[in-house]
Amino acid sequence: MERVILHSDLNNFYASVECLHRPEIRNKAVAVCGDPAARHGIVLAKNYLAKESGIQTGEVIWQAQQKCPELVVVPPNYPLYLKFSRLARSIYASYTDQVEAFGLDEAWLDVTGSTHIFGSGIEMADEIRERIKLELGVSASVGVSYNKIFAKLGSDMKKPDATTIISKDNFKQTAWPLPASDLLYVGRATCRKFARWGISTIGDIAESDPLVLKARLGKWGEVLWSFANGYDRSPVVAMGEESIIKSVGNSITTPRDLENNEDVLLIIYALSESVAARLREHGFKCRTVHIHVRDKNLFTFGVQGKLLRPGNISNDIAEKAMALFRSHYSWAHPIRSIGVRGCDLIAADSHEQLSLFTDEEKRIKQEKIEATLDTLRCRFGHFSVQRAVLLKDRELGSINPKEEHIIHPLAFFKGGKLP
Amino acid sequence: MMEEKHYCNPDKIYVSVKAVFYPDGGCKPTAVIWEDGREYEINRVTDIRRAASLKAGGIGIRYTCRVGNREVYLFLEEDRWFMERKGTG
Repeated sequence: MERVILHSDLNNFYASVECLHRPEIRNKAVAVCGDPAARHGIVLAKNYLAKESGIQTGEVIWQAQQKCPELVVVPPNYPLYLKFSRLARSIYASYTDQVEAFGLDEAWLDVTGSTHIFGSGIEMADEIRERIKLELGVSASVGVSYNKIFAKLGSDMKKPDATTIISKDNFKQTAWPLPASDLLYVGRATCRKFARWGISTIGDIAESDPLVLKARLGKWGEVLWSFANGYDRSPVVAMGEESIIKSVGNSITTPRDLENNEDVLLIIYALSESVAARLREHGFKCRTVHIHVRDKNLFTFGVQGKLLRPGNISNDIAEKAMALFRSHYSWAHPIRSIGVRGCDLIAADSHEQLSLFTDEEKRIKQEKIEATLDTLRCRFGHFSVQRAVLLKDRELGSINPKEEHIIHPLAFFKGGKLP
Repeated sequence: MMEEKHYCNPDKIYVSVKAVFYPDGGCKPTAVIWEDGREYEINRVTDIRRAASLKAGGIGIRYTCRVGNREVYLFLEEDRWFMERKGTG
């Protein structure tokens, strides 16, 4: 049976929510920007008037202001965006329980089973748009198709506040003429390669030989070919399942560039403490530690390594993260941002193999110390107790990654695996 | 958790509300106390739905109320009530 998949995209989400709450700026060019003092001073979202003057997401504030001197810059209000995102999801939930969030502002809905109750996919899409407009005061674009990839493509085609249908009958006319870069997971690097091989549209990808694409791009080549042909069968991950945590991580763009191992150690301790505390909060231990490093030229890499045994103690995680860092970074440039993640999770109360060669008593003590820290921080605040190393540099040491939420969109393929 | 910022807008008027809370949940506003201190009785609530107020700039549960012979919107935003200022723009 052919599936009916919707992809709903809240238009200019952050900027729309701000404009709703500030009627005085609605008719001006608006950009929601991070805090320049904390070096997050980039455009996170913009409205259509700002877009008209060529402002792009990710641009630094002064660049944007050069393009549009009268630009209204507003700081982000994440708790409010989370609230709107939740409310939008509760609207989706009245049509299906199969809703998969993709960041705060996008979601896929599998409404195949609801068509005999609420009408066709198009009717549901129109109704959802109408409800989002009336109930939330923002607009949404909805793509209707028989797979997730085309549904997303559709929601990008007509904005704002529009429904676009990509069906088995019309996808060659609607989707194929679009530039290859519009396809999910065709990034800049892939696009450059495609250009070299004379592939410029989605249709060109679809009509290439999948074996050639696979030979040139690896497994992704074949995946992209199947996307372009509408063969994507990946399911919309139902609500509830989606909330199963696959990894716990924190990353931060530091207030100043990190220059040496001591700086990095400090940040890694701060991040590891947060990761460990959150693992404990959710009742997990991690088996693998992953670090992510971005230098000031925005060159980025990630490496991971296994822990000797599963853990949720900040020392273990920090030491592993630091060891990974030391063996993979040669300090070609100062570092701008760094992340630590615990993955490969197991339940904290599952049985484990004890080791003959580690000091079990010391380990139990450490676990107790960390549990005590959790209690202290819960009662008296995060900074009531701190590692001495974090006091060495007030500027870097004063970050609190656990409570300063950093929001990342969910990976399309859970755990980064290919379908 | 970060604190949610609040926005100031002259057309969004937070008001005091008297309400009846039902034992099975839900509530019905019975009177509004306007910013000048005057109290207005709500004769009837004709509609309750989630809605955005473009004029006041916000969202909430919107109660359509009859006050005297006028129809007004009363919005419940989390735990505060607001109304739209009439007559400007």
